[in-house]
Amino acid sequence: MDKLGTLKLINVGLTLAGAPLFAPLTIDVSADTVTTIMGPSGCGKSSLLAHICGTLPPIFATSGRVELNGVDLAGVAPERRRTGILFQDALLFPHMSVGENLAFGLPAARDGRKARHARVETALAEAGLDGMANRDPATLSGGQQARVAVMRTLLSNPAALLLDEPFSKLDAELRARFRRFVFDHAKARGVPTLLVTHDPNDAEAAGGPIIELTLG
Amino acid sequence: MLRAFPTAAVFVFLVPVLTGLTATVFPAFGLQPGLDDWSFDFGAWRDLAATPGIGRSIRLSLTTGIGATMISLLLVFSFIASSYDRPGFARARKFLSPVLAIPHAAMAIGLAFLVAPSGWIARAISPWATGWTQPPDAMLVQDSAGLALIIGLVVKETPFLFLITLSALSQANMDRRMSVARSLGYGPIIGWVKCILPVIYGPLRLPIYAVLAFSLSVVDMALILAPTTPPPLAVQVFAWARDPDLAMKFQAAAGAILQLGLVASAIALWSCAARMVAWGCRPFLSNGRRGGSGRLAAIIPGSGFVLLFTAAAAGIASMAVWAVTWRWRYPDVLPSTWSITNIQRHGPDLFAPAGVSILVALLAAGIALALVLGSLEHERRRSLTLGRWVMWLLYTPMLVPQIGFLFGFQILLIRTDLDGTLSAIVWTHLLFVLPYVFLALGDNYRAFDERLAVTAQTLGVGPNRIFWTIRLPILMRPILIAFAIAFAVSVAQYLPTVFAGAGRWETLTTEAVTLASGGDRRITGLFALIQALLPLVVFAAAAGLPAWLYRNRRAMQVAHG
Repeated sequence: MDKLGTLKLINVGLTLAGAPLFAPLTIDVSADTVTTIMGPSGCGKSSLLAHICGTLPPIFATSGRVELNGVDLAGVAPERRRTGILFQDALLFPHMSVGENLAFGLPAARDGRKARHARVETALAEAGLDGMANRDPATLSGGQQARVAVMRTLLSNPAALLLDEPFSKLDAELRARFRRFVFDHAKARGVPTLLVTHDPNDAEAAGGPIIELTLG
Repeated sequence: MLRAFPTAAVFVFLVPVLTGLTATVFPAFGLQPGLDDWSFDFGAWRDLAATPGIGRSIRLSLTTGIGATMISLLLVFSFIASSYDRPGFARARKFLSPVLAIPHAAMAIGLAFLVAPSGWIARAISPWATGWTQPPDAMLVQDSAGLALIIGLVVKETPFLFLITLSALSQANMDRRMSVARSLGYGPIIGWVKCILPVIYGPLRLPIYAVLAFSLSVVDMALILAPTTPPPLAVQVFAWARDPDLAMKFQAAAGAILQLGLVASAIALWSCAARMVAWGCRPFLSNGRRGGSGRLAAIIPGSGFVLLFTAAAAGIASMAVWAVTWRWRYPDVLPSTWSITNIQRHGPDLFAPAGVSILVALLAAGIALALVLGSLEHERRRSLTLGRWVMWLLYTPMLVPQIGFLFGFQILLIRTDLDGTLSAIVWTHLLFVLPYVFLALGDNYRAFDERLAVTAQTLGVGPNRIFWTIRLPILMRPILIAFAIAFAVSVAQYLPTVFAGAGRWETLTTEAVTLASGGDRRITGLFALIQALLPLVVFAAAAGLPAWLYRNRRAMQVAHG
């Protein structure tokens, strides 16, 4: 993994039906920080992340450049961008076990089934979920599901991590712990991380640059 | 690649309907394609007009078709209005699919076994109430007014309209609207009629027209339940089309066009009447009348539904009883000698037609599922939103009477040497199967939580693998249910099998219809019973398989039903 990976937004703007959602945005998200974007709901925060992932519906018009590790992402298929994203909901695949969910994130590689299995077990242990590989995700608590979702994304070896208000559904105590968990893991792997939130506490905990989205 | 799917689906639809209609119109006016004789000739129409009893045939078609549609619709609306918040509603939902899955022919035979002078109902009340020791000489089935046919149609069409209305209701937010109406002091029935009915009638229009068109042109049920002298128009046309005398083909073609006109006029009439009712009832919406609790009024539609499900169940039961009967004296309620001899003797005769039924149904349902899934995935990837014309296109095979274009389509099949082949049968079945699969699957497919797909994509997985590993497994339940519906629709097809199969292929349905006109109830009962059980077994499997596969996945058991 490129330890010095960066995610760059250069003059990025989104327009819906001719109306810009926010003023063009230029950000450098470096590998050792969590950068936070704040703004009221409906200002296009989530759409910006979808744009970075390449999953923005075509009704939006876009301008500017998104670069990941120096490569322009325009025209790159979402599955080739290596932009991991976490949403409010854990979105574990309901038909797979916890272990299968994690293995789904692992890239197919030459390492055999045993090695994959071991990596899944390690990830579970890191998330404090030892031995839960065969569990039904629906039987996990909200906090446990959220941690599985994080590990699944990290196992896919993302070049950037996008967080779309992933803490907002958790209660206060769980929230602080889970935030720590995500930030620590992101920093440990040196993945540039972009957090979108409307909660000032999240931004403060992220400890990185804070950008206020202003309406365009 | 994926783009080919919608094109193929449209091709499957339009080719038989359009070419079939064209090939029906020509002979109706004396034109024989290929004979280079291009002079119009109205002889077929003169013959048609001179047919004894043709006026009565038309009237019979209209009264039974419109009558059955109106009764079914009133029953569905009044039942939902009076029972939507009561336990009977949930129970009715549960019984819906099985009744819907029973083929028309089997249902008609079951009903005939119940209401015939020598049927179960007469036996149950004889001789103590009626004094009958011999079956009375009354036409209780095939009565000249077509009442038996109306009952048969109502039993089959009510569940269909109920299901379609339920899906319209879930889109119209019935529960929330009704809470508002109730909190404003409206009783359930008046509240429903004022706040829900006007909203859902629009989306229900096409399905209602389909029921109307079907009821006006039904052949298999009519062969069993309708009077014979004269029969409804569609049955008459069917008889001419099968007449070995080639000259009758022209008259059959003219009759098929007349049948088309009949359906078109009935739909136009219905649409005008509905507009007038809507216009006339406008002041009623805002006159402030709240209506009562409606508990008393609920009794009629409630018992209507109970009667309907009971009749369906008793019909199946009577077929089962006949299948194992050796001797059954009148007016005994049950046979005096039971025996499986009948099954031993005639069971082997079932294998060939059952095999054809299963083969055709598997092929038609499988192809339909592939076409629909491919089209839906194409629609999703291109973010297409389908226009209203797609719904009209989907309903085309259900709106155009079967006899109206199958007759012409058969002529084309003969010319292309396809008639009597398995492909021809599967194709014509596909025409009627495909719309149901699309209707059953479309909403579920579009309601899929796209964030799951986005998540998979950002994990580095491409759209094709997402389709196979995420979308299909999560949608397995609705997909299998759609498959079961398709299977049931195919098994029930009578006319398409007869026309495309050129009489060379016997299915359980064609056998059951043929046997029903014969005398031996033991054989008829056996065939109709197997015909009814086949789709039911597939339905049970379609419901059971995902439940078993995902027995350890809680979120798969309710949320994605």
